[in-house]
Parts: sequence; C-alpha cells; structure tokens
Amino acid sequence: MNKSLLSASAACALGLLGALAPAVSHADTLDTVKQRGKLICGVSLATPGFAAPDDKGRMGGFDADICRAVAAAVFGDGDKVDFVPTNINTRFQALQSGEIDVLSRQTTQTFSRDASLGLDFGPAVFYDGQGLMVPKDLGVSSAKELKDAAICTLPGTTTAQNLTDFFGAQGAKFEMVVFESPDENRAAFYSGRCQAISSDRSDLASIRAVANNPDDYVVLPETISKEPLAPAVRQNDSNWRDIVSWTAWMLMAAEEKGITQANVDEKLKSDDAEVQRMLGVTDDLGPMLKLDKAWGYNVVKAVGNYGEVFERNLGEKTKLGMTRGPNTQWNKGGLLYAPPFR
Amino acid sequence: MTDLPLSMDRQSPPLRRSGWTRTWFGTPLNSAITLVCVATLLFLAKEAIGWLFLHATFEGTPETCKAASGACWPFLTAKLRYMLFGFYPYEEQWRPLAALLLFFGGALASMAPSLWGRALLAAWAFVLVPALAVLMAGGVFGLAYVPTTQWGGLPLSFMLAFIGLAIALPLGIGLALSRISAMPAIRMLAIGFIEVVRGVPLISILFMATVMLPLFMPDGVTIGKLLRAQVAIIIFAAAYIAEIVRGGLQDVPKGQAEAGSALGLGYWLVMRKIVLPQAIKKVIPPLVALFIGFFQDTTLVTIIGLVDFLDTVRSAMRDPAWQGIAVLEGYLFAAAVYFVFSALMGAYSRFLERHFRTTQD
Repeated sequence: MNKSLLSASAACALGLLGALAPAVSHADTLDTVKQRGKLICGVSLATPGFAAPDDKGRMGGFDADICRAVAAAVFGDGDKVDFVPTNINTRFQALQSGEIDVLSRQTTQTFSRDASLGLDFGPAVFYDGQGLMVPKDLGVSSAKELKDAAICTLPGTTTAQNLTDFFGAQGAKFEMVVFESPDENRAAFYSGRCQAISSDRSDLASIRAVANNPDDYVVLPETISKEPLAPAVRQNDSNWRDIVSWTAWMLMAAEEKGITQANVDEKLKSDDAEVQRMLGVTDDLGPMLKLDKAWGYNVVKAVGNYGEVFERNLGEKTKLGMTRGPNTQWNKGGLLYAPPFR
Repeated sequence: MTDLPLSMDRQSPPLRRSGWTRTWFGTPLNSAITLVCVATLLFLAKEAIGWLFLHATFEGTPETCKAASGACWPFLTAKLRYMLFGFYPYEEQWRPLAALLLFFGGALASMAPSLWGRALLAAWAFVLVPALAVLMAGGVFGLAYVPTTQWGGLPLSFMLAFIGLAIALPLGIGLALSRISAMPAIRMLAIGFIEVVRGVPLISILFMATVMLPLFMPDGVTIGKLLRAQVAIIIFAAAYIAEIVRGGLQDVPKGQAEAGSALGLGYWLVMRKIVLPQAIKKVIPPLVALFIGFFQDTTLVTIIGLVDFLDTVRSAMRDPAWQGIAVLEGYLFAAAVYFVFSALMGAYSRFLERHFRTTQD
C-alpha cells in the first residue's frame, strides 16, 4: 500500500518534471536550432582572448567568434547565438544533455574524449601546446638549459605529467610548485617564487600580458605537449558536425583565398571557381548541408576570415600579443589546411 | 565598587583605576602588548586609507590605474552592470534592476510583524512572485523572452537563496513534524530523508542535480540548469531547517499540546495555534544564521556553471584590459555586497527577538 503510493507519487513527480521540460530532439540539431531561432554555444566564462565578456556582458574572443560563425552559417546572422558559460566540470555533460548545441571552449581533442564521451570533434581551430616562460634576466634561451628549476603550475594531471616526461627525457631535475588559482600562480611567478612558469602557450601569453613590464619575460621555444583545440558536437549527428566542421574550414579557406570581411562583396565577382563555390555564386554547396546557398558569404561577412578572427582576439595588436605560430596556413608552413570546397 | 573582590583577584587587590586601563595597561607586559597592537592597527589603518582613498584612482582607464599605486575604482564603474546582471541582455537590464527593487520593497514591507498574515502571503504568491517572474523571463506584455541561461549576477544569487528558503521553510516544518510524528512510516521516511541529505555536502547534491539527473532523464528531455540547482538548494535547506525546527518543537513543554488536546482541539489546530508559534519563536536566531549561511552558499552554484554574483565579479576581473590590475577591488566589492545583506538579516533577527520578547508572556 505504502509502496504503491510511493511509486505513484514518484511517477507523478516525473510526469510533472516532464511536463515542465521543453522537449529537445537530439536527433537533428539543425532542426532544433532553426526552430529555436538561436544557436546555443558553450564557451568558457572568462578566458581572455578566447571567451570573455566585455563591459556590456557581450561575449568576445576567439571561441565566441567560432560560435558566431556557425550562427551565421545557419541563420545568416552572427548575433543569433546565446552563450552559455560552462566550466571544466560541466562542459561535456552540457553538450550530452542537449543544453548546448556546440562546445567551443578551448577543448583539446584527445582519443579518450572522442571515444568515450559521446561527442564528436570538429577540426582543430587552434593548435596550442604546453610551454614555459622565464624572466629574461635568468639568461636562459631554451628549456633544456633549465636545471633544478622551481616551476609554477596549476593543478592538473596532464600539465604535471608533461613536465615530468620532458625533464625526465633530458635527465634534468625540477621542482614543481602547484597553485590552486590562476591569480596566485601568476603572483608567485612574478614575485620570484619560481624560476619558470608552465602552462599552455596561449595561457602564457595572457599571463605575460598582465606583467608590469611584459618585455622582462620570454616564452621559451620548446612546446612540450600537443593541444589541438577543437569545437565539439554531440555524437551521431553527422549533418550538424559537418556544418560546424565546414564553417571552421570556411574561415581557414577564406584566409587562404584572400577573402576578408571587407572585400567579401567584391569577391562575389571573383573569377576563382573555388571562391565562387565557397560564396555560393555557383553550385549549391550550402543546400547539401541543409544550409542557405550563401552560407559561406554569411560566415565571412559576420566574423571575417581565420586570420582576422585570430588577429582581432589574440594577435599582436591585442593585449595577448600572440604570434600565429603553428596556426598559419599550410602553404606558409603552418597547420591550417582546409579541404577543398567542391 | 563595593563588591567583594572575586577570588581570582585576591592576590592583588583592585587598583583604583577604571576597568579598561587596568586590562590594557595593568602590567608592563600588558602595556607593551597594547602599544604594539595599537601601533599595528594605526599602521594598517594608514595603509588602508592610503590605498582606498589617497593613492586611489577614481576616474580613468586601466592605464591610469596601472600607473597609480592605490585602488582602482574605475574598474567598478566600468564593470558594475556586468557584475550585477551578468549576461542578461544589456538593453533589457532595467528588468532585473526593477525585479531586484521590487523584491527589496516586498521584503522590506514583509519585515513588519504587523503586516503578517494571509493577505501578505497572498500578495507574494499572486502579485509579487508572478511580477518578478514576468520581469525576469519576459515573453509577455511585449517584453522580450530571456531564457534562464542568460540570467546571472545578483538577481540569480537572490533568487536561488530566497526562493529556495521560502519554499524550504514550510517543507522543513513539515519534515520536522513528520520526524516527531507518532506514525512510524512517516517518521522513518522523514528521518531517512533528513539524514541522507544532511549526510552529503551541498556540492555533491548540486553535482547530482546537474550531471547525474540529465543522464536518467528520457532522451530528448532537459530541465533548465537553474531549476535543477534551485530544487537542489530547496531539498538541502529543507533538511537543515527541519532539524532546527525540531529543536524548537522539543523545547515546547508537552503540557502545551496536551492542554490543547484536552480542550478538544485537533492535531493540526494544536500545532498551528499553540505549538508551532512557540517553537518558531525560539529558533529564530539559528534559522537566521542558517539563512545567512545559505545566502552565501549560493556561490557554490559556480561549480555547476551558473553565473552567480561572485562569479560575475570574478570573471569581470579576468577581462584582459583589467586583468592583474583590479583584483582586490573586485573582491572588496563582492564582500561589501554580501556583508550588507548578511548584516541586514542579522539586524532583523535581533529586532525579531526583541519584538517577541516584549509581546510574549
């Protein structure tokens, strides 16, 4: 009697929750997004250069612009996107549960994430890697010259593992000094507690940017880990994954072909057959992905090409002052290589 | 001062000095300690005033702040709206502001014991709460719809804390009554619920609600993260409130309930009119302490990705333009806001205690 009452009320509660919950179809993300009229994009809450709110709470940054590019591909309007801040603990779950449509949050593509987390990665949009930064007056020009150095890091198994692997291979000893918060970590390095600080190179750039005198510090040339940062989508929705992937490749290809936010209208008259296909002048590439014919034009019009997105958020004119490094076109010695649009 | 000296003082009879000079300068050691402490305090005060006001920058850009040695107040003015309202659309931010003011007005009015009654409860349930919901969410009366994923900052903190406690209080009272109920099944259920919830930290309940719950849901069904966090906080608060209220209930002499029954009153009438009013009055101080604690515990929702007030402050500090320049200023602002509201609640609790002491007996 009691038990049946209990299960009845449990069923009732579940039914109520179900009624409260807006139904989301996982099968076709594009339909869901179109129906909603907005893309929901998971980003980091505050990582300067990648995703950080300005004074008005508008999300800016490299990762945020990837979201805007996808929104432009779907709606022709880069502002039809709601940003949902996610953190390291909840980012994958937010994607799995359908809370967000795309995860664009400095996420490294790894085997185990790809294989076991129920998600698919798009192409790497930023090639990062763990590096080391030292004060200039230490007189060190290579990480191999660091001996018995105290190195400040944030907790995290891969960061520590990479350091151990690297210095172990050199046969050199080092002392790891771990800090819980980025602010403490930074302050400890600047106060001379450690000879070096280690983190992803993009992070080192932002740490260096806030130094009293950034020129006193130098990022060493060694990259001791591979961190390809890629947008992620839910598994088993290959059309949606194609949309995200080809939007990222559109940004890269646009730079390769010299299409910019400013000249995209002129480029509509270009004689280059691939440019014509990319911008939807000839052929119907867009509709193959259930997108508008002019989707490529919309993407570039909304955020510019890859180079413009990079320079605007991370480049040498910004506080972060990052150089392109491996994030250069393949024909200039970099790793950006968009498959052909045909 | 004709009292007999206390036994402890018998060794050295009290000198003809007022109390504080004796305590502070009674012996050479005490004098030395006092002087060192006063000097330290004066030094700290001088440094603090210098940092807060004298060397501070009141107007300008991050660059002027970087050049100056003191506090950087332009950071607060530049980031104020973001810190208060988070990602709520900028043009619509008058709505959370109006909602906050309306909430403060309602809360202030509800503080007066003379207004307590069914009318006030009805006003909250049928006027204030719907008005707040419409202001925040929109979608009607020409207000643009703002999904809960865009809510943030101070309104979110207040909502989680006060809606949570408002719903948890009756739930908690019900649980407390169930726990001392004569019916074994109900008593066991209440004990089980209370002990299980109190046996785990709030963070794990929040994680359960955020990470685990969606995995159990049928495919294609999602519940807003905010709602899940709110429910988690209600469940957690209810268990703690139940234990506090139970303490109050057990403090009410048995004779009170028995006298009520002897007069022919039923269980609910005895509880509502005789036992609960006395019990609740006794537990106001611990209840308010719990409320203040929960108001501050809402900052834990950060870890499940909700952007509460402390989180907007923290993320504002990471803006590349200001990063590393205004760290303490942001935290000071957050501390000041939490302090003001916690102190208000504390003051109100003391007022209530005095009020009941004079109206009781």
